[in-house]
Amino acid sequence: MEKPLTKNIQPDRAFATLADYESTGGYLGMRKAITDLQPKEVQQWVKDAGLRGRGGAGFSTGLKWSLVPMDADAPQVRYLVVNADEMEPGTFKDRLLLEKDPHQLIEGIIIAAYAIQATMAYIFLRGEYHLAAQRLAYALLEARSKGYLGKHVLDSGFSLEIVLHTSAGRYICGEETALLNALEGKRATPRAKPPFPLISGLWGKPTVVNNVETLCNVPHILQYGVEWYQGLARCVDKGTKLFGASGRVKYPGLWELPMGTSIREIIEEHAGGMRDGYKLRGFLPGGASTDFLLPEHLDVGMEFDAIAKAGSRMGTGNIIVLDDKTCPVQMVLNLEQFFAQESCGWCTPCRDGLPWTVTLLKDIIAGKGRLEDLDRLAGLTRMLGPGNTFCALAPGAMEPLQSALKYFREDFERYIVGHYDEVGVV
Amino acid sequence: MARIEIDGRFYDVQDNTNVLSTCLSLGMDLPYFCWHPAMGSVGACRQCAVIQYKDAEDTRGRLVMACMTPVMNDMRLSISSEQARRFRSDNIELLMTNHPHDCPVCEEGGECHLQDMTVMTGHTFRRYRGSKRTHNNQNLGPFINHEMNRCIACYRCVRFYNDYAGGHDLQVLGVHNNVYFGRFEDGTLENEFSGNLVEVCPTGVFTDKTFSAHYARKWDLQTAPSICVHCGLGCNTAPGERYGELRRIINRYHGAVNGYFLCDRGRFGYGFVNSSKRILKPRIDNQPIIAIETAESHFRKLLNAAKSTIGIGSPRASLEANFALRELVGEENFFLGLNDTEHTLLNTIIDLMRHGGIHSPSLREIEQADAVLILGEDVTHSAPRLALSIRQALRNASFAMAQTMHIPLWQDAAIRQLRGNVQSPLFIASICATRLDDVATNTYHGSPENVARLGFAIAHCLDDSTPAPFALSTSEQSLASSIASRLKQAKRPLVVSGTSCSCLAVIQAAYNIAKAIPSKDKQLTFTVPECNSVGLTIMGGKRLQQAFERIDNGLTDNVIILENDLYRRASHKAVDLFLETAAHVSVIDSLENKTTEKAQLLLPAATFAESEGTLVNNEGRAQRYFPVYPATEAARGSWQWLTSVMEDPHWQHHDALTSACATTLPGLATLIQSASVTEDAIAGSKIPRQPHRYSGRTAMHANIKVSEPGPAHDLETPFAFSMEGATTHAPPALLPVIWAPGWNSNQAINKFQEEISGHLRDGDTGIRLIEASGELPWFDDIPTAFEPEPGLWRITPLPNIFGSEELSQQSPSIRERQPLVCILLNPMDAETLAVGTGDPIEIREFAGATTLTIHAQIEHTLPRGLVGVTTGLPEFQSLQAWTQITLKKANPELQDLSEVPL
Amino acid sequence: MKMQNKNPRIEGLSPTEIQEINAEMSHYEDKTAVSIEALKIVQKHRGWVSDDCLVAVAGFLDMAPAQLEGIATFYNLIYRRPVGKTVIHYCNSVTCWMMGSEQIREHLCRRLNVALGEMSEDGEYTILPIVCLGACDHAPVAMVGDELKLDLTENAVNEFLGR
Ligand SMILES: Cc1cc2nc3c(=O)[nH]c(=O)nc-3n(C[C@H](O)[C@H](O)[C@H](O)COP(=O)(O)O)c2cc1C
Ligand code: SF4
Ligand code: FES
Repeated sequence: MEKPLTKNIQPDRAFATLADYESTGGYLGMRKAITDLQPKEVQQWVKDAGLRGRGGAGFSTGLKWSLVPMDADAPQVRYLVVNADEMEPGTFKDRLLLEKDPHQLIEGIIIAAYAIQATMAYIFLRGEYHLAAQRLAYALLEARSKGYLGKHVLDSGFSLEIVLHTSAGRYICGEETALLNALEGKRATPRAKPPFPLISGLWGKPTVVNNVETLCNVPHILQYGVEWYQGLARCVDKGTKLFGASGRVKYPGLWELPMGTSIREIIEEHAGGMRDGYKLRGFLPGGASTDFLLPEHLDVGMEFDAIAKAGSRMGTGNIIVLDDKTCPVQMVLNLEQFFAQESCGWCTPCRDGLPWTVTLLKDIIAGKGRLEDLDRLAGLTRMLGPGNTFCALAPGAMEPLQSALKYFREDFERYIVGHYDEVGVV
Repeated sequence: MARIEIDGRFYDVQDNTNVLSTCLSLGMDLPYFCWHPAMGSVGACRQCAVIQYKDAEDTRGRLVMACMTPVMNDMRLSISSEQARRFRSDNIELLMTNHPHDCPVCEEGGECHLQDMTVMTGHTFRRYRGSKRTHNNQNLGPFINHEMNRCIACYRCVRFYNDYAGGHDLQVLGVHNNVYFGRFEDGTLENEFSGNLVEVCPTGVFTDKTFSAHYARKWDLQTAPSICVHCGLGCNTAPGERYGELRRIINRYHGAVNGYFLCDRGRFGYGFVNSSKRILKPRIDNQPIIAIETAESHFRKLLNAAKSTIGIGSPRASLEANFALRELVGEENFFLGLNDTEHTLLNTIIDLMRHGGIHSPSLREIEQADAVLILGEDVTHSAPRLALSIRQALRNASFAMAQTMHIPLWQDAAIRQLRGNVQSPLFIASICATRLDDVATNTYHGSPENVARLGFAIAHCLDDSTPAPFALSTSEQSLASSIASRLKQAKRPLVVSGTSCSCLAVIQAAYNIAKAIPSKDKQLTFTVPECNSVGLTIMGGKRLQQAFERIDNGLTDNVIILENDLYRRASHKAVDLFLETAAHVSVIDSLENKTTEKAQLLLPAATFAESEGTLVNNEGRAQRYFPVYPATEAARGSWQWLTSVMEDPHWQHHDALTSACATTLPGLATLIQSASVTEDAIAGSKIPRQPHRYSGRTAMHANIKVSEPGPAHDLETPFAFSMEGATTHAPPALLPVIWAPGWNSNQAINKFQEEISGHLRDGDTGIRLIEASGELPWFDDIPTAFEPEPGLWRITPLPNIFGSEELSQQSPSIRERQPLVCILLNPMDAETLAVGTGDPIEIREFAGATTLTIHAQIEHTLPRGLVGVTTGLPEFQSLQAWTQITLKKANPELQDLSEVPL
Repeated sequence: MKMQNKNPRIEGLSPTEIQEINAEMSHYEDKTAVSIEALKIVQKHRGWVSDDCLVAVAGFLDMAPAQLEGIATFYNLIYRRPVGKTVIHYCNSVTCWMMGSEQIREHLCRRLNVALGEMSEDGEYTILPIVCLGACDHAPVAMVGDELKLDLTENAVNEFLGR
């Protein structure tokens, strides 16, 4: 099974240096793009390959690039921004790529920047990722010394600077328009759309925001071609993806697997199944802001539409496992506390609805809940649903809650009717 | 235009706006918080949710925020669907989880948008059982209270304060449900428009501190439509009274002038009305007398006994009062009460407005300008509300850009973030730094002569048939040509000038520029110092100097001075001499001042709050103000004092005086339209000044008299000093209180506009007296460049919003914001004098004998050879503007000089 | 009456800080964009951002202090109160919580005898919660200074605390 994204990640070395990276064909994709292809052609390749964004929303990457205005009368300054703000609880994929193989990302950036003819790219890196910052900074120096960055990349007419920006921490910075405000040195509240960043983004200029993992796919598409890339997957979605599992599984971890790999395979084979003494109660398939699924959904493949059909989202593809000795109500409380704390405070339902959600859950757990509180919680999940809030943070926050109310209702009720000692709390 | 369907009914509406604005324009009730008619949409509060259906078949629809949804042809919407209603009431419930429910002790109570919207959504039952987060409040200075616990985080305050008004020191701090709207630390809000927070905030976070000090509920205030008397712009206000005391001022919407906003001078300057300096009883030789009749007969006696009587009018008195005086003493004995410089400047301005052929814009029109040049003014200080309009004009470049990107103009945040650095050009040539410099494309600082010279140079660059100044520096030359080229490119360029730097050449240069600009839609506006400067000047009359001469010659022995402190106009020596030489001096005024001290007969004048009159603003718009409450004790309108001693009884009525004014004076002929406001508007029943919930009427004077006193009669206006009457037939411009069912806050205004932010239904207040026509020749009297003479300086008055204006100066809250009493010096001048900021300095008038010791302050942008002082401060009254002085470092031992009486 | 037109707190930045902030400026379209970086630089040198420092940075960037405070109080990793030399950020997000982060927190607090957010008596440590550190496969985790500590147990905590 081919693992293009992680092929350079080897247990015997801290990270892949430029030499390591190039020894397995690194920067060939970039050479091909810049020397052989027109920007529009690069866009087309990536579109044809079927790469969909790995940041959570799954938008076609090539299509996104092709929407950037590039005619002669369009703004001449354009930006590429890398979303390396990974902060969704339960997600630990981008950190690996950043720490272990920074050149893969840099090559992806160069190709993407070339495709939209951006001469400046910003890596918006989560502030806590110190090791990644160090290694990226080092790799950027290496790349620059090789002429891959700066004026006239590979002696072409294309020039590119990459700036590493480290954030000061806030989950909402991962939302692409909030991220742009953060980059501009402002409070990271999301922006109204339209205008989309593709039209008016960073400092009002056309801007593409892409996830780290998304960009890491790009060099391989250019190097090995569209058909090869499509052949990697087991489903309509293309390529491979970093899937992970955390919680009480035997071997929590992260694996590069074909798109479409079943959840069962990930949890039972790669993660080794549940730890002894624990049973699988459910799981969040793609991070904290996805709906719970149940063991009955184990055979669903990790592909965007299939998971949506099962009632959840692929999200970041990093599974959080709920075992039978962890109280789902308390787990949801933990999640909602996270979201309430990370709300930017701009729109009412999120700013004031999440803290109320937390209060209700706390009351329920403390034995002070009432049955109508469950209706209130359900009401809040509708209230904070998609389209009702300014950005997708609050709807994301409601996904685990609404599904927990559906699947684990008796756990909530037991607290309320006074049998909370029966709940298997760890 | 678009045809849309709302809840099954069809409407033809404008398609350049959003659904919320459209629904409100159609008279529907839809709650909102973060949206504001002047500030557009940002979609933060999520309160205005409605359902939008895809097509005719769609039955479920989708929840959308009305404020963020563009109106499109054939769109189908529902406001009343259960889903939308539920969402709106749940949303308010969320907003209220941390709200303290302290309405009984909240100054916003009864005019609270949050209260209104809560009731509107039907959220009446509290389900939240958690605790509430609390905040500490800040001391924000003399104007504004801060009660953060009431905050619902609509973000309007910071959007107004920063985005709209250009402030910086009020920001949103913190995050998630702990957002806090305040300053970095306790301290006075710096922006000159901070008072609007009181109205912009939909709840009681920001309230009027001066009002709190003598608070009454909105429904207990007696109110009448009024006009601000504190500068020449004529903003519309709604003052409120209770128990014979003026309690506060709020904005009164005007579609062409002030829109939704006032400046802080206009809002908080009212304190003078309640001041202890008020003259409430007539005085004869400084002895108070009780009976009006005694005063009246004394006044008549003086008139009859006089050889001849002259009258000195006033730019802060109404047209009617000035006209009455003119009629009383006769045209040949009527003097405008302006000093020579003011007289000349104002005459020139009026001449240019009438015959210069260039449109004199309203503030609303100014907001449409796409390039602005300010010549010789710091408008924030000389005509404050104008500065706010100029800030909005600068956005036109980004609006133009947004249009090319198909971003609707009401998408406020989107347009502001798109802006980058796109801004319409603003050029400011002034004496020193101004409060609009932060948004200026280029600034120039120089003496008035040099500002004028730059102006003439700009005009010359625009049209080389205009005269050019010689010996201009190359930097001035290139600045002039770059300004000229930006003005030339503009579609709707605006030139702003005025009287602040007392320089005729500056005004003339401004005209040359405006005339030379090729665009047909160019505009020229002038600031004027006082609320009726323009009206008085149109009326016409002699100069103050000529009055002095009349007394000096002994031709006249009796003087009547109308609302005018002559010591603010001319040198102390001259005024002293004038007042001492005249055999009899009668003064009509409302506040004690140096002139009233000298009066043999002092007649107490009602202020704007207790009388009626017409004022003409700088645009040439005549506007009427009405008494809010009857004058107490023996005060009455100046016009009443004057007409009381006239023979013709017809003029006992104000309307008659107005029409006489219109028929007598050709410049005021159009005023005839407003003369019969009383008869036309009321058609039988009067408009009540007291709202229908006015309380305590039968009891409020019970401690004095148990029987309920009858309401005072008002024979002069369409209003009654009572709750009786009807408002239904009154044009919105005459409504004392803006109120509609369910809308108790000032946001109710949307029920009275033709469309959101448009004109009031049945028209805005006022009549434009002047429309541009004709053309005047180029001015060619170009001054030579100013060269400082070693050892000599020139006194340079610099207006200040807080302190320069005579009446607001007496308001305690304004006084707290008054600038330091000091003189400003160029750093190099300070160096030659060996003084630094804070050092005392001795001023000696070059010609005269006046000396004064005062602190120095370094002002980097002030040209050498000038000494800046705040216009109009009593401390500087003994110094004649623009005179030459010498300076000397004074004994630093002297402490607290500014306190020493001068 | 003494007059002061300049805030004495403006002159608070060290030459190194100024140099580092200036270096960042070249990367952005405008000065205010480095506000977050500038706060982080000051914090790197001083451990936290005092009121005086905030005013100094604001002055340096031509921003109003309130404007910068709005930014400083938005972000998580800007400390507006003094913290110990080493900040221990223990992850309290979902997987770590499931895997025992509460016990780790209690143990940390007991060992250092501090409550969350307090500075230990010797000024060495402050313990703060942090959201998911992206190492959920090694939960529970914490970040001690800049260093990620994986698979935490009470013993492991004792070891890195050296006490
Ligand atoms: C609250 C919130 C947080 C997000 N956090 C991240 C993140 O940390 N990293 C990321 O790549 N995308 C994140 N996203 C998604 C981004 O908004 C955006 O869709 C993504 O960066 C686009 O990149 P892609 O097309 O390559 O997936 C977040 C979205 C939301 C609403
Ligand atoms: S949903 Fe609203 S408050 Fe929440 S993060 Fe998004 S914009 Fe901010
Ligand atoms: S949940 Fe703690 S590191 Fe991920």
